[in-house]
Amino acid sequence: MALDRRSLLRGLVTAGTAAASGQAVVSEAAVRVAPAPDTVGMLYDSTLCIGCKACVEACREANGLEADTAYFPGELYQAPVALSARAKNVIKLYREGEKTAFMKAQCMHCVDPACTSACMLGALKKREKGIVSYDASLCIGCRYCQMACPFGVPTFEWSKAAPKIVKCELCRHRLVEGRLPACVEVCPRQAVIYGTRALLLAEAKRRLAAHPDRYVPKVYGEHDGGGTQVLYLAAVPFEKLGLPELGTEPVPSTARTVQHGIYKGFVAPVALYAALGAVLFRNRRRAGPEAEEEEPS
Amino acid sequence: MTSQAQPVGGPLLTRPFKFLLALVGAMGLVVAWRAAAGLGATTALSDGYPWGLWIAFDVVTGTALACGGYAVALLVYILNKGRYHPLVRPALLTSALGYSMAGFSVLIDVGRPWLAWKLPIQVWNWNLNSILLEVALCIMAYTIVLWIELSPAFLEAGRQSARPRLRGFAERATPVMERLLLWIVALGMLLPTMHQSSLGTMMLLSGPRLHPFWNTPWLPLLFLVSCLAMGYAAVIFESTLSSHFFRRPRETRMLAALSGVMVWVLAAFGGFRLGELALRGELARLARLDRYALFFLAEIALVALPLLMLASRARRNDPRSLFQAALLLMLGGGLYRFDTYLVAFNPGDHWSYFPAVPELLFTLGIVAFEIVAYIFVVKKFPILRGQPPAPARAAAAA
Repeated sequence: MALDRRSLLRGLVTAGTAAASGQAVVSEAAVRVAPAPDTVGMLYDSTLCIGCKACVEACREANGLEADTAYFPGELYQAPVALSARAKNVIKLYREGEKTAFMKAQCMHCVDPACTSACMLGALKKREKGIVSYDASLCIGCRYCQMACPFGVPTFEWSKAAPKIVKCELCRHRLVEGRLPACVEVCPRQAVIYGTRALLLAEAKRRLAAHPDRYVPKVYGEHDGGGTQVLYLAAVPFEKLGLPELGTEPVPSTARTVQHGIYKGFVAPVALYAALGAVLFRNRRRAGPEAEEEEPS
Repeated sequence: MTSQAQPVGGPLLTRPFKFLLALVGAMGLVVAWRAAAGLGATTALSDGYPWGLWIAFDVVTGTALACGGYAVALLVYILNKGRYHPLVRPALLTSALGYSMAGFSVLIDVGRPWLAWKLPIQVWNWNLNSILLEVALCIMAYTIVLWIELSPAFLEAGRQSARPRLRGFAERATPVMERLLLWIVALGMLLPTMHQSSLGTMMLLSGPRLHPFWNTPWLPLLFLVSCLAMGYAAVIFESTLSSHFFRRPRETRMLAALSGVMVWVLAAFGGFRLGELALRGELARLARLDRYALFFLAEIALVALPLLMLASRARRNDPRSLFQAALLLMLGGGLYRFDTYLVAFNPGDHWSYFPAVPELLFTLGIVAFEIVAYIFVVKKFPILRGQPPAPARAAAAA
């Protein structure tokens, strides 16, 4: 087979056009999704939290989760150390010398979440009030949401033969009954409060202005990763509490820009298909039916 | 109209064949265990590492190694090297088997496979932002396309069947197939272009937790080129082994021409990776010589080495060097993809992953099944080119 490099390169270029054309638009600013006015969330103030973990137990009860006793095996004491299929909400302690700070981990309910961008059939989706909620009937169990979430929030029922994804859904089953999320309701210090994102953000900024000495001068989640609906105030840098530095672009924006750049209007694949078909057709006509016989042996 | 291909024939149940069947059996046990006890009992996966060996190797690396059909089809059909080119059918067979088994691995890996039917059916629920959805649909379609592309081989066997019904069907289906095949073949080039690049785009969503060596918006292009390179390497690998074990004529001349092209592809791939990293100002991180730097350097070495080997025309024409270069390249491309999905992914220091024994057994079983099925098909159906004429055979035996 004599191989002409030039014609091969031409072929490769045709094939690569789709992928390459996507790169041109990466620089385009992604369209930012503004949260709807009724979007709800929570504000957690690390300086008010005393680490009593009442919220951890209240969450378990409200969501009908099994007790996570792995940390104290054999004892009737639930003490989850990390988010898992048995804990949608945990309290962690940060300690450095004398200084301590508490951290509450649960779903951040991003304004523009990576998990909902990943999910094939929309099992994870922003539904009523902007809550990132889960519909098991649409979940194949692929776990791309777990790969996508920069906070490591979605968890999986590894021990079950018919597993589901487990994550905080802001107690949406309680909200429809007019009740507060369980963690908010039980908190003795109002370290975590519930409301619309707009109101919570205003409250967070009021606290920052009133006690500038008490806080790191930032509301985590205002812009981080495109904004989250669960907001944080703390006295120590947020990275130390396990909240990643994400920049202000929504986490899924790069992937989305590249993907939609390549597949905009499905033009590139259709054009490529037409081009491939045309080349094949031309080749077949030019070669004629006897082409098959003249194979070198 | 027939090709020059012939069934290899000969006994099927040889000793190595039985050994491979035992491995397939072990895989069957793992599947049963996983179905009964869940993924936690059978894998080392965790909430930190939700994707492990089965995705990173069986699917992401496996489908790239199964790109021989794609790579050779590009050459043969687009560059017009004859429809019954002797490399096409074996390459298509390896690809069809590779993609089918990748699909099977996914079904075992996902937690709720009984709902997978919804993916191609429930169009109204499609999330058009989901790159995985595109990959999943594309791979499903391509697997079907590959078997259709291969169907002339089965029809050819059918036309010679002793059963009149089967013969009649094959005779009626052949002209229809002849007419359709062009559009199927075009689809067979479009679909891998789409999903092999998208397999790269997919990891952009994990961007914040992906090491900068691998986290680049050029992932789709790098994945596309790597699958082409691995596809060619796989064709060389499979063709060399086939001519050795089944005593077929060597395709060295064709393979050498193929690898002349590969040199350019490899140089472009390696050069682009290093250049792009330099442009982003991340090259200095290599000096740390940490785990990431070592894996990255291994990838570059596994591209540079075959590149140097194939750059010499003399070595390209030597079947042994050619085979070695192909092997290195399969490793290098495989490592690049494996790294992007596993090594580069960092969910935090408190998580770790190393595949559990059942995971390894499953993957081993998948590979064994592919070999078993390949041997079965080439012995029963016209896939490989026929025996060489007598003088050539004598020369090969000498």
